[in-house]
Amino acid sequence: MATEAMTGAVMDGSKRPLMRQVLPYLLSLPALLVCIGILIPFGTAIYYSLQRYNLAFPMTRGFIWFDNYTMLFTDPSFWHTVRVSLLYTLYTVGFELLLGLGIALLLQRRTLFNNIMSILLLLPLMIAPAIASLMWRLMTNPNFGVLSYLAGMVGFTDFRWASAPSSALFTVVLIDIWVYTPFMMVLLLAGLRALPRQPFEAAELDGVPQTFVFFRITLPMLTPYIITASLFRMLESIQQFDIIYAMTQGGPGNTLMVFQVTAYLERYQYTNVGRSAAILMVLWAITFILSNIFIKQWLRLREKARGIA
Amino acid sequence: MQRQTTLGRIVRGTLLTLVGMFFLFPILWVFLMSFQTNQEILRIPPSIFFEPTLQNYHALISGRLETQTGTLEIRFMNNLMNSVILATSSVALSLLLGIPAAYAFARFKFRLGEDIAFTLLSFRFAPPLLVLLPLAIYFQQLGLINTYSGLIWVYQLITLPLILWIVRGYFEDISEDIEHAYRIDGNGWFKTFTHIAIPLAKPGIAAATLLSFIFAWNNFVFALILASADKQPVTVGALAFVTASGIQYGQIAASVVLSVTPTLALALYAQRYLVEGLSLGAVKG
Repeated sequence: MATEAMTGAVMDGSKRPLMRQVLPYLLSLPALLVCIGILIPFGTAIYYSLQRYNLAFPMTRGFIWFDNYTMLFTDPSFWHTVRVSLLYTLYTVGFELLLGLGIALLLQRRTLFNNIMSILLLLPLMIAPAIASLMWRLMTNPNFGVLSYLAGMVGFTDFRWASAPSSALFTVVLIDIWVYTPFMMVLLLAGLRALPRQPFEAAELDGVPQTFVFFRITLPMLTPYIITASLFRMLESIQQFDIIYAMTQGGPGNTLMVFQVTAYLERYQYTNVGRSAAILMVLWAITFILSNIFIKQWLRLREKARGIA
Repeated sequence: MQRQTTLGRIVRGTLLTLVGMFFLFPILWVFLMSFQTNQEILRIPPSIFFEPTLQNYHALISGRLETQTGTLEIRFMNNLMNSVILATSSVALSLLLGIPAAYAFARFKFRLGEDIAFTLLSFRFAPPLLVLLPLAIYFQQLGLINTYSGLIWVYQLITLPLILWIVRGYFEDISEDIEHAYRIDGNGWFKTFTHIAIPLAKPGIAAATLLSFIFAWNNFVFALILASADKQPVTVGALAFVTASGIQYGQIAASVVLSVTPTLALALYAQRYLVEGLSLGAVKG
């Protein structure tokens, strides 16, 4: 790149070439230290996942290669974890995308009302997910919760929200939607407003119907934003811990035992460090693939946005 | 841009009202609830008109809760203080460490820099428990468990990548010519950095600071694993409080209101930067 060569020329001409060379490393040293701080426990986690290691039975600790993993893959309860996590991700990201896109389209025009509305709608995203769960626990309380009351009014007299296995997933998905739809909305709204105007003006002049404009112009041009936002949400959703832990701790029974909740209980309730580490490694493999796709997508979008700006 | 028919207006208005109700009603309801006594809360149907009381807040702030069975100690204000300490110091440390690093990554294209930036970014998306569970054991050995310094260090995992990547984008957008012109006038790189680069990247720094503060404040799992009651922030503390207090619903609502007020107020106050930060630098408004 031309700028790079130019920077190099100026640097070589400077009075302290050694300082110049060391400087970037010096400046990034703290970030490097934090990196090492993550990589060491990460290595330890891999090591644990290859061990029979239960705090309750320290004598039996030993290296067992991939036995933790093979045990997981033959265990129906682990496949339940995989299934619930995937369902949770699918439902939350799917509904958040649809709802977020809908709201973004409603608020697309830059009017004062729309701007105020889009700021107010961001508020749930500013609330800690664990605290949001507390709010919903209050709202779904069978004795006084306003949602239980409303459900009763429309005929669900004994709707038990997160405490019944049949509606627990629905309830936590609803909370996730409440917290994270604003994220989808803000990114898609920014995307919509950054779209070039010419195609829309041309379509208007030609009298093209609105549905055609939406499916043939708006949606294709918005796709990079949709993909970036969805991948980001998928990454977070498949690891969801706060909402589910604060709401039901994985219950009732094992209904909501998603990856991280399972791993947490495995470690702190059953003291099985090895198995817990193996579960998290499986989750890590999934997020590693997802995050690589996401990062590529995000950098491409960023480049493009910068090209326009 | 689009033609608005009367019917279109009505549909749009109805939809927006429904959306607004879904996203804002829970906040309003819990807010109102925090000013009610337990008897009023338990009344059916739910009461819209009531005599507001401050007793829930009073109990939380004084730290003593009078119940039929006796007095209950509440550490909630302590949790609130911990949140302030943890979020503020983590962000301050991240700014101090992250801005120079972001500048280095943006200006000097070097291999190690790219590697660090990407490692931090990819671990930002890794399951937090994967690192936290082994870290808890190391912290135990190092005496860092249940200390502010230990927690602030780990909180860098949330705040540092965010600051690095957002601010880096802004540094990259600054034309190097301005910096060169300033340097040719005989100023050193440090003065160029503090007098030219930082002021020009201010919106990015503001957005990153705001967003990383909110993420740090809202974090739950780090302190759940690495701290006990006396060092835990509100997110963990409020949950423990619910378990301990049982049916003191008014106080629970008040504790929720106190926990979310700082982030909501900040978000409303600095909303301009918020949108900028949340769109991940992908869109510049």
